[in-house]
Parts: sequence; C-alpha cells; structure tokens
Amino acid sequence: MKDFMNELRKEQVLKIIKEKGATKENLLTILLTIQEASGRNYVHREWAKWVAEELGLPLSKVYDVLTFYAMFSTKPRGKYVLEICHSAPCHVAKSAAVVQMFTEELGIKMGETTADNLFTLQYTSCVGACDIGPVVKIGEKVYGNLTRDKVAQIIQTYREGASCLN
Amino acid sequence: MQKMAKTKNKLVTVTINGEQITVPAGTTILEAAKQAGFKIPTLCHHPDLKPRATCRLCLVEVKGQRRLQTACNTPVREGNEIITNSAEVREARKTILELILADHPQDCLKCSRNQNCELQKLADEYQIRENPFVVSAKNLPLEDSNPAIVRDMNKCVKCGRCVEVCQEIQQVGAINTANRSLAYGISTAFEEELADSTCTYCGQCVTVCPVGALKEKDDTARVWQALNNPELHVVVQTAPAVRVALGEEFGQKPGSITTGKMIAALKRLGFAKVFDTNFTADLTIIEESRELLKRLKDKGDLPLLTSCSPGWINFIEKMYPELLKHVSTCKSPQQMFGALAKTYYADKAQIPAEKIFVVSIMPCTAKKYECTRPEMKSSGYQDVDVVLTTRELAQMIKQSGLDFAALPEAEYDEPFGVSTGAATIFGATGGVMEAALRTVYETVAGKTLEDLDFKMVRGLDGIKEATVDLAGKKVKVAVANGLGNAKILLEMIKAGKCKYHFIEIMACPGGCIGGGGQPFGATKADKEKRLESLYAIDKKSKLRKSHENLAVTQVYDDFLRKTLDIYAHELLHTYYSDRKH
Amino acid sequence: MSKLMPLLSANFGQITPTSVEEYIGTGGFTGLRKALKMTPQEIIDEVKTAKLRGRGGAGYPTGAKWQQLYDIKHFPKYIVCNADEGEPGTFKDKLFLEKDPLRVIEGMTIAGYVFNAQEGYIYIRGEYAAQQKVFQEAVDQAVAAGYLGENILGTEFSYHIHVMTGAGAYICGENSALLNSLEGKVGRPRVKPPHLAEVGLFEQPTLVNNVESFANIPTIVQIGGEKYLSYGTAESGGTKLICLSGNIANPGVYEIPFGITLRDIIFDEELGGGPAGSKKVKFYHLGGQSGPCGFLPQLDTPYCYQALREKGLSVGSGAIVVLDESVCVIDYLLTVTQFFIHESCGKCTPCREGNKQIHVLLEKLSQGKATKADLQLLQRLSNLLPKTSFCGLGQAAATALSTCLKNLRSEFEAHLTGNCPAGVCFTKQESGEQ
Repeated sequence: MKDFMNELRKEQVLKIIKEKGATKENLLTILLTIQEASGRNYVHREWAKWVAEELGLPLSKVYDVLTFYAMFSTKPRGKYVLEICHSAPCHVAKSAAVVQMFTEELGIKMGETTADNLFTLQYTSCVGACDIGPVVKIGEKVYGNLTRDKVAQIIQTYREGASCLN
Repeated sequence: MQKMAKTKNKLVTVTINGEQITVPAGTTILEAAKQAGFKIPTLCHHPDLKPRATCRLCLVEVKGQRRLQTACNTPVREGNEIITNSAEVREARKTILELILADHPQDCLKCSRNQNCELQKLADEYQIRENPFVVSAKNLPLEDSNPAIVRDMNKCVKCGRCVEVCQEIQQVGAINTANRSLAYGISTAFEEELADSTCTYCGQCVTVCPVGALKEKDDTARVWQALNNPELHVVVQTAPAVRVALGEEFGQKPGSITTGKMIAALKRLGFAKVFDTNFTADLTIIEESRELLKRLKDKGDLPLLTSCSPGWINFIEKMYPELLKHVSTCKSPQQMFGALAKTYYADKAQIPAEKIFVVSIMPCTAKKYECTRPEMKSSGYQDVDVVLTTRELAQMIKQSGLDFAALPEAEYDEPFGVSTGAATIFGATGGVMEAALRTVYETVAGKTLEDLDFKMVRGLDGIKEATVDLAGKKVKVAVANGLGNAKILLEMIKAGKCKYHFIEIMACPGGCIGGGGQPFGATKADKEKRLESLYAIDKKSKLRKSHENLAVTQVYDDFLRKTLDIYAHELLHTYYSDRKH
Repeated sequence: MSKLMPLLSANFGQITPTSVEEYIGTGGFTGLRKALKMTPQEIIDEVKTAKLRGRGGAGYPTGAKWQQLYDIKHFPKYIVCNADEGEPGTFKDKLFLEKDPLRVIEGMTIAGYVFNAQEGYIYIRGEYAAQQKVFQEAVDQAVAAGYLGENILGTEFSYHIHVMTGAGAYICGENSALLNSLEGKVGRPRVKPPHLAEVGLFEQPTLVNNVESFANIPTIVQIGGEKYLSYGTAESGGTKLICLSGNIANPGVYEIPFGITLRDIIFDEELGGGPAGSKKVKFYHLGGQSGPCGFLPQLDTPYCYQALREKGLSVGSGAIVVLDESVCVIDYLLTVTQFFIHESCGKCTPCREGNKQIHVLLEKLSQGKATKADLQLLQRLSNLLPKTSFCGLGQAAATALSTCLKNLRSEFEAHLTGNCPAGVCFTKQESGEQ
C-alpha cells in the first residue's frame, strides 16, 4: 500500500465528492473527476475506498464500475491517454496504419506507457468522428484524417505543452 | 404495488406442450411448466433468489414471439402457447451448454462437485460428448489462503447466484460482478483476497454455487491424519443443525433426524469420543442469561447481541465495530466446548491436553475461521483443532464405506452427552432466544414456565420480535437471521432508535440449519423441514431448559467454581476486535 | 429537387449553440410556447399523427411509447434523453448536442410538460465530454431565460434538466442499461419485465428517447403532425439524419426526407457522392454495427422503415458505412465482432461466449484454416444469438454476419480454399495488432 496516493490526498478526493454531490448516482462523474485530477489517468484503490465510504457503497460495487466502463483505469497511465479508434469506419480508413505511426513515434506498444509517463497508447471504440477517420482521441480532443506528419505534430504539441506546465 | 396486488388474484390459462393449465397471474413459465409436469433446465436460476436470466438455458418457445423466452423470469400471459422441448429449443439449449462448457475446465474427475454438479448434470442430459467449439482453458489462480472458503474462478459459470446472496441477502458486499465481456466474472474489490475483503466466511455463496467454483476448505485429510495417529485422543463434537441435514447427503428427505446414525458413523470412523455441542449450548445459555440480567440490572450496554454465530461476529467486527460493546462476551458453544475439552475433560479423563485433538462437525464455514482465531487458545492450546462441515463429514462417511442407512443408532458419550431441547433449537433462527427466555424467565420470575414455546420468535421471517413479561418487567427481544436483516437492526442501534433489550443474530438465513456448510441444493422449503425437525426434537426432549441440565451444573461444581474466576471467565468468554474494512 | 431537407438541422453552424436569443431568432421555443397551451393528450396525438419513430435504432413508434407512459397514473415520472451515441458510424446526435442543444432541451421540456415530470436527465456518453459542457451551458442559459427551471414561461410548470455522463460503454445505449448507469451503477441491462415505462429510473415510470427523437418534438408541435408526416413517406414521418462514412467521397451528416433511395444517398453528388477512390462499392453497413449489411441489388430500396425492413435492412441509428471492393468481408466482420466482444457486458452466455467463438471461426477463415464444418458452426451461431441473447446488443451482434453469410457466401467459401478475393487475408504479416 506504500505505492499510492502521491497524486491525490484525501482532502482532495473528499472535495471532489462534495462538489459533485455525495449521492450514488454521481459515482461515475466523481470517479472520472478523480481520475482526471490524478494526472495519471487512474483511480487508486484507496481513493475508490473513500468514495465508497462517502457514498455508502460496498467497495466491490465501486470496483465493478471501475472495471466495467472503458474510460476508467485502476492502474496508473500516462498524463495523456492516446485512444486510437479501431471500430469499423476507422478500420476501413486504415486505423492500423495509424497505430503503427504512433507506436513507432513513441517507441511503445499499444497498452503501454512511455517511460516519462507522458503518453499511454490504447484502443477505443467509436468516438463519433467517423467522417474524419482514422482518429485519435486525447482527453476531450479528437484528431482526424491522420497522417504521419500529423501524428508527429500532435505528439510534439503535447510534449511541449507538458514541458511548459513543468 | 396496488397493481400487483390486483393481478395476484387473477388467474391465467395457458397451454404448455399442449396441456392446458391455469395458474395465478404473475406465475413464471418455469413455475407453470413445473406444475404441468414439465421440467425446464436451469443453471443461473435458484428458487430462493431473484431471477437473473443470464445463462439462457431455460429458453422456451412462446407462439407469436420471434425470440425464445427465458422461462425463469417471464410471467405467463393469458392464452400463451408454450413449447418447452421443440427441436429448436433443444438445439439452442445444447449450443448454449456447449458454449458454457467451452469456457470450463474439462477435468470433472478432479472437481469436488463431481457427480454433484448442476452443469455436469445438464451436460449429461443433453449428451454433450464432443464440443464443436474451441475449448479455451483459463489459468486463474486458486484462492485458498483463508481457513474457510476456496475460490476457483476457472470453474465459475458466471451465474451470479453468489453475488445475489453476498450483495442482496447478506449485504456483505465482499464479492461482486466485475469487468465486462470475456473478462466478466465474479471478483472481490480490486481482486483482493477474501481475508482482506468484507467477507464474513458465512459460506452462503458456497451453498448456492452450482459448480465447483466455491467450496469450503477441505480439512478431511487433517482429520484422517489425526485419526490415524495413535498418539492422539481424537474427540468430536456435533452441532445441533448437522443432525437434521446430514441425511440429505445420503438420499434421505430434508429434515430427516439422523442423530443416532451420525454418532454411530463417527464412532466407526475412529473418534474416541463423540460429544454433543448441545452440551455447551446449554452452558452458553447459563452464561448469556447471567450477562443479560446483569446488563439489565446495571443498565449496561443494551441491547445485548448474541455471539454464537461466527459469520455474524466477523460481520460486526468488519462493518460495525463501534457497536461491539453490545455483543455478548460469551464464546460460541463450539469454542466453549474446545476450551472445556482440553481442560475439564482432559483432567477428568486423565489425558494430557496436548494429546487431545478436537474436531467439530459444523453446518458452518465461518466456524473453520473461528477456531483459528488467536484468542481461541484459552486451554493453552488451540481449543478446537479442526472444523468439518456437514458436507465434509458426509464425504468421510462415504469414503469409509459405511452404509449410512444401515447404521445402528448410537448415543453421545459422557461427560458432554447430556443436553436439553433448548440447546437443540440453537440450530434454528430464534432458537437461542427461545432457549435464553426459558432460562431467564425462571431465573427472574422464580417460578416454572408453563408454556415453553415462544412461537413469536420461530420461523423463517427475517426479523421477528416479541415482548416478554419477566416478573413485571417487559423485556423486548428481536431475532434476525441473514446478515442483511442484522444490518437493519444494527442501523437502528446506531441511530439510537432501538427499543430492544436482547437480540439474537444468526449470519445465515434460517440460522444454522441454513448454514454455509450444509448439503448443497437446499431451498427454503428444505430448510423449513430441517427447522421443523429441530423443534420436534425439542418437543420430545425430557429436559427443555438449559438450567435443568445437571451435567452442566456439574461442570460448574466440579470445575469452573474451583478454578480462579478469571480463568473460568477466560474459558467461556472472549473479546472482539475492530477489523473495520 | 434537393434530396436534403434541413428540417431539424437548419441551425447547425448558423447560430451560437448556447444562445437562447439566437435560437429564438430562428423560431426556437415556439414549439414549447404552443405546447404549453395544448393538453398533453393533444400533443401525444400530434406525435402519433407525425408517425415519428424512435431515432435511437429500434424505431419504436414514439407516439405509442408516449401514450403507454401517459396512461400510467403513477408519479413522479422521469424524462430521460439517451445521448449515448455509440454505434460506430453514428455521429449525428453529437451535432445536436454541440450545434443546437436548445432544440433538444425544448423537446425534452415539452415531454416533461406532457408527462407532468419535474426532472429530466440527459445521459451523454463520456467520450462526448466537450459536448457535455456545451449542453450544460445551454441548460444554464435556458434556465436563465425562463425556458427551463421553475415556473417555465410564467406557468405552473417547473422542470429541470440534469446533464449526466457515461464512462465508456456502448451497452449503455440500451435503455435499461442506461438507466442503471444514470443511477451510478454498472450499465448491464435489467431483467424485463418490469418494463421501463412502469419501473424505470429510480424505479419510477420513465420515458427514454433518443436525442434526435426529442429534437423532432418542437417541430412536430410547431407545424403539426400532419405537415411533419408529409415530409417523409406514409409510414415513416419526417426526416432523418444520416451519417455517411467508410469508403465514401463525402462523409458526413445529412438530413434527408424518408423515401429517397439508398442509391441516392450513396451516389448523389449532394450526398455521398459515390465511393471515395477508384474501387466500386461492394456493400454497405446500415444503422451501426448492430445493423444489417446491404448489397448492390438492394440499392434502389427507398430509405424508410417499412421498405428497408421488407428487404431485411433497417434504418437503425442512421449510420451508413460504405465498403468498397478493397474490403474483405471476413476482415470487416472480424472488426465488427471485435467491437461486440469489447462492448458485451458479459453476463449472458450467447453474447459473451458466442461472440468469442464467432471471432475464433472468423479468424480461422482469415487464416485459411477453416473447414466447411466451421462455416456451418458460424451459421449456427448467427442463428443462435438473435434468438437467445439477453438484450439487444447480443441479439444484434450477429446481424451483419447473417446478412453477409447470405449475400456474400462465395467470399466465405473462397476463404476455405485459401483465396481472399479482396486480397486482404493471407498477405497480412503477423503484427501486434489485436
């Protein structure tokens, strides 16, 4: 249990719960907000436990939610999660090639996180941008009609953004 | 609600496989078919649990419906023409079975549920020999790190019955569904071990598992080993609820009373002495009645909560530690027995305590954990060495080649052989309360109790209550069975809204007769039969009040009063810890 | 005559989406004003006359759904807007959410008035986080302007809309799963009966309609059911937003009147504009991954509920993914099946295990390892899933497979002999792609 919570303190988690409203129907938005606030795009067991306590839920029910919905992770991910759509329209638009571009550019495989904890590559189901496939989704942003140049540029932009923040 | 009440009185006429049948509105196809004499196969369905309709084996044809309908949850509608065994239905069921089996280990011989497995039975009925689908073996780790329950998720068929009992009935919330699609399954939170979860080891999940995914920790080998060790004096105690359930393992009707044969079997297995946990149940009543009267008199922490059910103790320690002061300090009868066996009995029989090996036959999986608790060593040794469930005892009897039905009736050994009817009903929800009331009444009122039957606290209702007049003082009592019901009362206490003085709580629905170690496949109706038999034994008993058990009095006279008070207390009483999850 | 009919989408890109003033400037909220002077039954009757059918995919007549809920005399009732647009190839609800959210709010508010509901919920998929913000802003603006909240337009009617998020689960598009998710639970579908109209959100009677369905309501109230119906065919009232993607020249969202043909949609210059490259159209996938595939002989079918159904096709979500001859049907179906494997909730056997085995068999085909018996087994599974699965997801998971098995049989058979007509299989190097 020593590995946890460098990212979020209990007060922060409780504050999020309070802001969103400590009722059961707010569980998803609470967990999504915690995940975002973590900076590592995940929900640690301890944070989930505090949520469970505040909402009066067994931890096993919170865990069910965390493992059911695709947007959650219980393991730390990169600061930016690059989600490449591999549903049919993007598949037809050659998303496989885009996967190759990203894996080459970042030097990691799908599902992995870069050593600097900046990027995680993963697949996603359709994000509703089929007219500009193949697409990658990063946070709230969707980038379409991807080419090798665009991919390199996107990664560059996020790298620079991150270094500015630091 | 009103609407439901209205439809309840209505009748519906349908045809099933050409047979006309009239049933109350709201009856499921499964139930209606059963009444018409047609069995529909099920796997995820359990008659005592809400339908989940996920295995899809109970599919039937309903004329006019494009899709096949699940019989377990679909109510019949007026005029339905239902076919339960058409070629299409059989083909669909067979394919679904093949799909389930393609995701299941193929090594039935190695499974504890071999020949007692609902999936195996169905596979046999549908004559599944070759599976056309690719069979993929999973390689999930087996969890056997706690003393009570073993989980083998490789065998799980994802029926969800265990989740229903753990989440809804027991409200323990230790296990739940998790993940989705291929990874969908049953899990604790964050895959933690049961020991680290809120699990109480009540074993209700085990009793409803249709396959070998959940089982008790098999301790029979340790018992065989002890029996084969000439150095050891192996004694056994049997809990009250075992005697009315063991017969089911040998094809007898639920509720068959098998006390004599069970004792005979245990003697033939090689136990030096066969004792009755009922003896220490009577002792528990003496101690607990005193505690109640003292708390009433001294305005101590009320309500007083009973402490015989180890699953319940785990529950309050993990979920409501702030209320632990309400729990009686009395050890459970099994642990009082262990403590006395290695002290009082050791003295009496002139056998060194370290040579005495105490085995308990319990209807319970939580007892396996209870006996390993570090504080249960008041004799200087682990007071109870091994706990076997009713099912494990049956296994040993089968292994030893005994013809159970042909066994003679034998009797319990002294000095722990005498007991009262009050002790017998410990095995039923409300029984401890009733036994305590019989004793408390006579102690307080100083006169003989005429009507011994406290019927208000009997039966399978989740929460029962009564008010008893104890020489002018009205004492309010309540009885809860099943941890979900216990939770309701605990919340009341927490909120300061509890009017009761004394509450009996049993972790398992129905009490010990419905324990996690009892024979598989029992429904509520079967449990009712077990219950009736315990009350029948009580009714026929010569002694029906714990304080009339002279053997117990003798233990006080010969032993407990002669030892230091503090030591006597330690033998019979215990303490609890905050184990908040 | 133009094959475009911007009845609902006219504001897209034309106004500031969250501006109540600009929305009113284009005739916004006249539907609500009119509705508040009508009786609920009159409004329901207009919806019935309009022959509006649910735009989420199932195509259930909206008027009938409304009548059923209206007849239940148990309160409170809840209004839920299903904005969990997750069908691959579908991105039209997103446009309503981000380009004209007030129209959806107006539709939901009229529904609130009809059912005397005080609370409405819109469940927007987690992937549309940006759209959630726009929608929330629009709700706040509508409240500020008195079109939402307490005593709407000075009447006794008060109604609130809560913007709720999903967290990545296609199955939550299934209404009972959606309601579970709205309650903060896992989005696995519920056992039915009871039906959602009776026991829905928080166990109360509940209306669940799709975004586009709600977007239709202000117009229907405003112009009347009869006029609305006249834009479409006799049985499919009004217009439909369709989403074109895949190997098509002009991908995007188009609002069309019901009744134009599939050929018009795919080939008309104003619409799809034909295939994107030099290859010919081979087939097209209608209504999302759960819909059927259509083939060249069906191109002249009018795009409306009835005509498509007669041909074994369907409107579904309005998605049309066009596939040209570079696409191998086995490879395509593998992608479809992977989608359903990823999105199955996992609780029922046919969907969880069936899709897994379908994938195994398709993979064998794509590797040239399949036998005739495998093809039969594939057929058996494609018959099993629709008849036995717990919910719509599992029931529809093999729809594309069934239609392709029927219409492109020869391509399956070619794979048995190690031949992939599109040249996709057997040439691919083993890559790390899943």
